[in-house]
Amino acid sequence: MSERLVELEVLRYNPETDSEPRFQRYSVPCQSEWVVLDALNHVKDNLDPTLSYRWSCHMAVCGSCGMMINGEPKLACKAFLRNYEGVIRVEPLAHFPIERDLVTVIDDFVTKLKRVKPYLIPKQDKPVSEGEYRQTPAELKKYKQFTLCINCMLCYAACPEYGLIPKFIGPAAITLAHRYNQDSRDGGRDERQKEIATTEGVWECSFVGACSEVCPEHVDPASALQQVKIKSTVDWYKEHLMPWLNK
Amino acid sequence: METLQTDVAIIGAGGAGLRAAIALAQADPKLRIALISKVYPMRSHTCAAEGGAAGVIKPDDSLEHHFNDTVSGGDWLCDQDAVEYLVQEAPKELIQLEHWGCPWSREPDGSVAVRSFGGMKKQRTWFAADKSGFHILHTLFQTSLQFASIQRFDEYYATELLVDEGRCAGLVAIEMRSGQMRRFDARAVIIAGGGAGRMFPFTTNGAIKTGDGMALAYRAGVPLKDMEFVQYHPTGLPSTGTLLTEACRGEGGVLLNKNGRRFLQDYGMGPETPLGKPVLKTMELGPRDRVSQAFWHEQRKGNAVPTQWGDAMLLDMRHLGEKKINERLPLVRDMSISYMGVDPVTDPVPVRPVVHYMMGGIHTDIKAATSLPGLFAAGECACVSINGANRLGSNSLTELLVFGRRAALSAMEYVQSGARPTGDTALAALGAAAQGRVRELMQRSGGTETVAGLRKEMMRTMEQHAGIYRTGEGLAEACGKLADLRRRYSGIELHDKTNVYNTDLLQALELGSMLDCAEAVAVSARERKESRGAHQRLDFVERDDQNYLRHSLATHHPGDAPRIDYRDVVITTSQPGVRDYSGDHK
Repeated sequence: MSERLVELEVLRYNPETDSEPRFQRYSVPCQSEWVVLDALNHVKDNLDPTLSYRWSCHMAVCGSCGMMINGEPKLACKAFLRNYEGVIRVEPLAHFPIERDLVTVIDDFVTKLKRVKPYLIPKQDKPVSEGEYRQTPAELKKYKQFTLCINCMLCYAACPEYGLIPKFIGPAAITLAHRYNQDSRDGGRDERQKEIATTEGVWECSFVGACSEVCPEHVDPASALQQVKIKSTVDWYKEHLMPWLNK
Repeated sequence: METLQTDVAIIGAGGAGLRAAIALAQADPKLRIALISKVYPMRSHTCAAEGGAAGVIKPDDSLEHHFNDTVSGGDWLCDQDAVEYLVQEAPKELIQLEHWGCPWSREPDGSVAVRSFGGMKKQRTWFAADKSGFHILHTLFQTSLQFASIQRFDEYYATELLVDEGRCAGLVAIEMRSGQMRRFDARAVIIAGGGAGRMFPFTTNGAIKTGDGMALAYRAGVPLKDMEFVQYHPTGLPSTGTLLTEACRGEGGVLLNKNGRRFLQDYGMGPETPLGKPVLKTMELGPRDRVSQAFWHEQRKGNAVPTQWGDAMLLDMRHLGEKKINERLPLVRDMSISYMGVDPVTDPVPVRPVVHYMMGGIHTDIKAATSLPGLFAAGECACVSINGANRLGSNSLTELLVFGRRAALSAMEYVQSGARPTGDTALAALGAAAQGRVRELMQRSGGTETVAGLRKEMMRTMEQHAGIYRTGEGLAEACGKLADLRRRYSGIELHDKTNVYNTDLLQALELGSMLDCAEAVAVSARERKESRGAHQRLDFVERDDQNYLRHSLATHHPGDAPRIDYRDVVITTSQPGVRDYSGDHK
């Protein structure tokens, strides 16, 4: 284990004492295999107990520790120091209000997630006593990738559209709606379309693809959004050009 | 102080808390439910569970098998009536999750797939690749969003229960965003606050697993049961403690010492089974306590593999092949590469035992009710007890579903039986006192102790004296040290005295919870003069059914060590016997 002195430049903001955000430098003795989160924990425990940030699992599954690291949205628990040279700049996730230091306010996402009805709306109710729905591995594969979203918000921080138009429902929430739409057990697509096949929904997306680039779980929200667009377009054609198909 | 009125308050929004909330919302839409958690629900540590959830579903299996595996796996310290309830409800709960959309892995015919797990005689572990807990948590969280009666209070840290005239009448919590304290008046409270693995320095547990729920109940006078039983999972990454699921071995991975020997055969878990053809309930599919203990012995024999992070053994999955590893163990591969620089497809992965789970917790009866009227508990923070002296892998996800729901139904029965809200005057006084205690901690000056300093000493003590093997002498030293830390805790001075998202304050409160839990662990362990399951004493090496076929109950004594009492184990059909993991031998 080799040690290296890492310079962290961390955004600090306490609404009670600061009129605006500022940066604070810390020199942190780090082990070579550490991630940025380990360095922040060293700061918290040894250098400055007033620094606030969220973290828990340290294995990239709880989604707590999303932050901007040298300007890129990353999970701090998966941002290896070995991949960085020089001063490392750590800031709260872009496009979200700062609550305190590296902690952001994510109410907007939480509200939007609820709006898109990210839960199974069964085609018909089935009592538990009748056992499981059958779902083949191929049917599972159609939506499985989109279930892997950990709600870490990196895609929102990367999305230029969300930065410009905060009403945009955004990559993760639309992907989770699409996840249920694609599930063979589900019959709730019409209800979800009212939220996501709208200008605030999928039509706000300009297909930059930044969401998929930063996604730590390889969910590929950009692909989910394109699938929603295609299916919505097909809906439109069916409705307007082939009205006899509607009943 | 702002006050909120609710019918049932749930502390903790992981698997058990969410399951309870949904059960309440479905049972009676008129009930007002407050779901209070120090983190957003999807951050809860249920997300880190990998392997799966046990429930009998296949025709060659039976409830009796699941019962027998669980009871012998727990070294007969389980309450057998509770285990009967668990195994009977398990399949229903897992199917219910399926109906809510959980993406369980499937067989080619579309039925749910099951996999092998340690100590289980049949394949009965339902799984969603190796992110089972993650999918269970998100399925529950997303399902909960459809119920208007579930009102969430995300990032609220509960500091105290309100207890008036011998019953639980609510709680006080800090809203992290503002630093303001809120009073929740509730007719019933369910604690689902998770485990306390962060008492130890090397753990699979996330930062949030600090025993807050256990401490809340304990300080309110409810005993903590069987706290001496701390589970070491055999296979954590030596660098970070990150869990590599038991499913690695369920799928056929093997454990090697530095000589390449599958050493479990030398510890009563042999004879050796053919590579790539795992046999249930033997060798690498032995129970966690036995496998972790075997590593301890290998280490002392000089057979461990040295790494820069200390001694390890090797988990060899190469023979599974890339396709199977990618399909069944994608997270394991990703984490081994990320955090250890080792690809399990091409190389064996160094692993070592790591603190994983608390078998002990808040003493509840089979209905998830505590001894304090109006207070219920479920999940890892509770001890009902189905895990006894050693939990079998994949029983805990099942437990949080079965008993999360059970706690909800019990709380509802309690509320409907006419539990009246406590008078406002009494609650106001209790709330003000609770607020005063937090304020005192915030404003204290002249203290010389730090949160990080005391926490480090606590962790070192626990690792040294309350690990896989223990001695009376070491435990006595630990008890002394923890009592000293408890006293020094009152000398903490916070560096951060502001209100908004103050994690200095949060960590101080969490440390207080952990110190209470740690002392309960150490004192209970010192008093249990036998070796059973995960509690192994070098000075009392045998199981002693005569004296210790009993649950320990640690009762809080403010300013002093806990008092330990005992309570008989409930036995219905399975008399204590020999735990046999020697495969097919006759």
